[in-house]
Amino acid sequence: MNLHKLASRLRPTVTQKFRHFHIQGSGQQLEAVVGETSSAEPSLLSVFRTSEQDPACHSERHTGQYYTIPPAHIQKLFPHGLPPRFQLQVKTFNEGCVMVRPPALELISYLKRVDYSKPPLRYILYGDTGSGKTLSLCHALHYCYTQGWLILHIPDAHLWVKNCKELLPSSSRPSRFDQPIQASQWLKNFKITNERFLSKIKTTQRYVWTKRESTEEGRPLGELVDQGVNRMKSSSDVVGAVLRELRLQAGGATDGEGAFKLAVAVDGVNALWGKTTLKKEDKTMCEPEELTLIHNLRKMMKNDWSGGAILTALSQTGSLFKPRSAYLPNELLGEEGFDNMEPFVPVSVPNYSEKEFESCYLYYLDRNWLQHPHSRSEEGKKELIFLSNKNPSILERLCAFL
Amino acid sequence: MAASGCRGVRSILWKYGSCGKSLCVSRSKTALQLPVRQICVSSSLWKKNLAAAGPEKFTQEFINKQVEEFEVGKRHLANMMGEDPETFTQEDIDRSIAYLFPSGLFDKRARPIMKHPEQIFPKQTAVQWDAEGRPFHFLFYTGKQSYYSLLHDLYEKILAIERHQAEMRNKGLYTTDTKQIVLTGSRWLLKEEMEEHLVENISDQDYMRLIQLMERLLSMPYCSLEEEFVLKFRRHLEVQSRKQEIPVIQYDPQGVAFSVADGRRKSAKASITLRDSGSGNVTINGKNYLHYFPVLQDREQLLFPLHFVGTLGRFDIEGSVEGSGHSAQAGALRLAISRALLSFVSEVEVEKMRQAGLLTADPRIKERKKPGQEGARRKFTWKKR
Repeated sequence: MNLHKLASRLRPTVTQKFRHFHIQGSGQQLEAVVGETSSAEPSLLSVFRTSEQDPACHSERHTGQYYTIPPAHIQKLFPHGLPPRFQLQVKTFNEGCVMVRPPALELISYLKRVDYSKPPLRYILYGDTGSGKTLSLCHALHYCYTQGWLILHIPDAHLWVKNCKELLPSSSRPSRFDQPIQASQWLKNFKITNERFLSKIKTTQRYVWTKRESTEEGRPLGELVDQGVNRMKSSSDVVGAVLRELRLQAGGATDGEGAFKLAVAVDGVNALWGKTTLKKEDKTMCEPEELTLIHNLRKMMKNDWSGGAILTALSQTGSLFKPRSAYLPNELLGEEGFDNMEPFVPVSVPNYSEKEFESCYLYYLDRNWLQHPHSRSEEGKKELIFLSNKNPSILERLCAFL
Repeated sequence: MAASGCRGVRSILWKYGSCGKSLCVSRSKTALQLPVRQICVSSSLWKKNLAAAGPEKFTQEFINKQVEEFEVGKRHLANMMGEDPETFTQEDIDRSIAYLFPSGLFDKRARPIMKHPEQIFPKQTAVQWDAEGRPFHFLFYTGKQSYYSLLHDLYEKILAIERHQAEMRNKGLYTTDTKQIVLTGSRWLLKEEMEEHLVENISDQDYMRLIQLMERLLSMPYCSLEEEFVLKFRRHLEVQSRKQEIPVIQYDPQGVAFSVADGRRKSAKASITLRDSGSGNVTINGKNYLHYFPVLQDREQLLFPLHFVGTLGRFDIEGSVEGSGHSAQAGALRLAISRALLSFVSEVEVEKMRQAGLLTADPRIKERKKPGQEGARRKFTWKKR
């Protein structure tokens, strides 16, 4: 069927050109109707966009199409979570559009069907460098957010094992090391994401920070977080405390005020079991075990709690001492990590398929991102396919200078 | 037999440049003979100053003697190699000499050669004036007598053609569509070749003037009268693409056509199997090309031949490459892909590819480090004291 692409409701300007394309596959009957309708049935569609904004309703029908995350959600949910290049793209295009892809859909379908009274399942997104693991994770997180879960998002665990300027010996435990800057930064972002839960959750135990400061039992979590943000010295311990509280209370009361589901999302989870580049004062290498943040996070990864899910993604890009060609879980996690993470549900994230590539290409065209006249022709498209081999990040970098 | 044999050997070993025995023939002997303009018809591309070589070093008898010795030596060589002396060509001579005297020298001109004396001894101008000092040629005092006499002849011919034109006009048979000289596939003689033809040095402006005059001759409608004269100054150009070796298309058991080709660049060697299967997968040394060549430039090199021919998504490439660095490996692969593509593509495309430079092997290699310098070009730090 030959179709015309028309202006979508998010763009005020109308495109000058019309493109014809042939859509294969069943179930893709699209109509070109001018005007907006907000009915559940998507009546106005460009081929690469869907008006279905709720991740919960995404299904295989929407594979390859872009949906927009409302700006309010982006600000709240992803103060630090999106990959930097994607953040630039959001800023440039003035909208945060994410492609619906099979790995994310798979994750969301699992999340819908799991029984939350059992211990959480661990999902690992793995794949080639730049194939879209982090963004799939973010898509799943958006779903969790819209469902009202509590989001515990560590955007990149690698940031906690390298390039740390201040490494203090822990105040509570003698053999551990604290990272105040990273911890307080993370607490700030955690606060922004989970504003509404902070007053509802209460601490179950008394925490003593210094001789004069302590947090009593039964205080709202918000106070704990503020404590960590204000007092940098004890922020890592605060993180540990927050994690412990959430773990204890996640599955807690099934009805009532305190009920919430916990989504633990860690990107670059292979950092937890790898090596660090941090050195102690006597110039010996630090083990990840000796870092408070890492230690607490590892405890989180164990599925001895209930009422949530653990979504993780591997990452070779920030990893230390791992070869560039490694992308499988057992290569990147190492033996220790693999043993710890087992059993898990692996979700593979491949490069773009034909349809997804087409969709991405059309999106860039629509946003006037491809300025070069040759890139708009069929020949140019074939060149792009060849040069990027349909890898999302390589394609994005390629189109950036076109 | 032995004497003639060693004479043959002597003529075989006569390399250009080693003619230390300069045969000085006294002028009195030549003065007694009839003044004949003796210009030997032989090539010497590396002898600069033909006209100012001074009095002739080799007399005609000497050259003739050399020619005889060469002929005899040629027959001896043919006997030595067990071939028929009658049909022994220059190529056979070269082959035999390379076999009998294998040389590891890099410069081809430094190796032993046995060629006709006309090619070895430089063309020389004979004595240009008679016993009383009067020059033979009327243009002797121009300094470049052959050049100016050539211009003079050319102009004569132009005038002759004009007269012919006038006659035709008078008869009423003047037409502009006469038989034209076919000039495609040939080029004018280069300045060096012209110098060697005239046995004297000419400047760039002189050369340009000569070519202009030739062009003027060719612009006249009845120039076909002087066709052989003009063609003496043209060299034939070979069509380069005929020389290309196109790899054979083979078919594997599934019926898919594929071709195999090699390529080299610096010290990288690549071997490619190009399959006509319809997908655009590229695998190099077992890895995806996106992993093997993270740099965009290398992937662009792989893209270039396919894009040029327009068959981007059609072929499957399976390659193996080794040696040198990533850029050289990409260049080697590119050459191999272009060569493999030749068998799937028409002749016109082959010529286009050749002109695009896809089929030329890049001859650049790492330059040798010289003693007394730090690298190939870099000198040691210069210290004033």
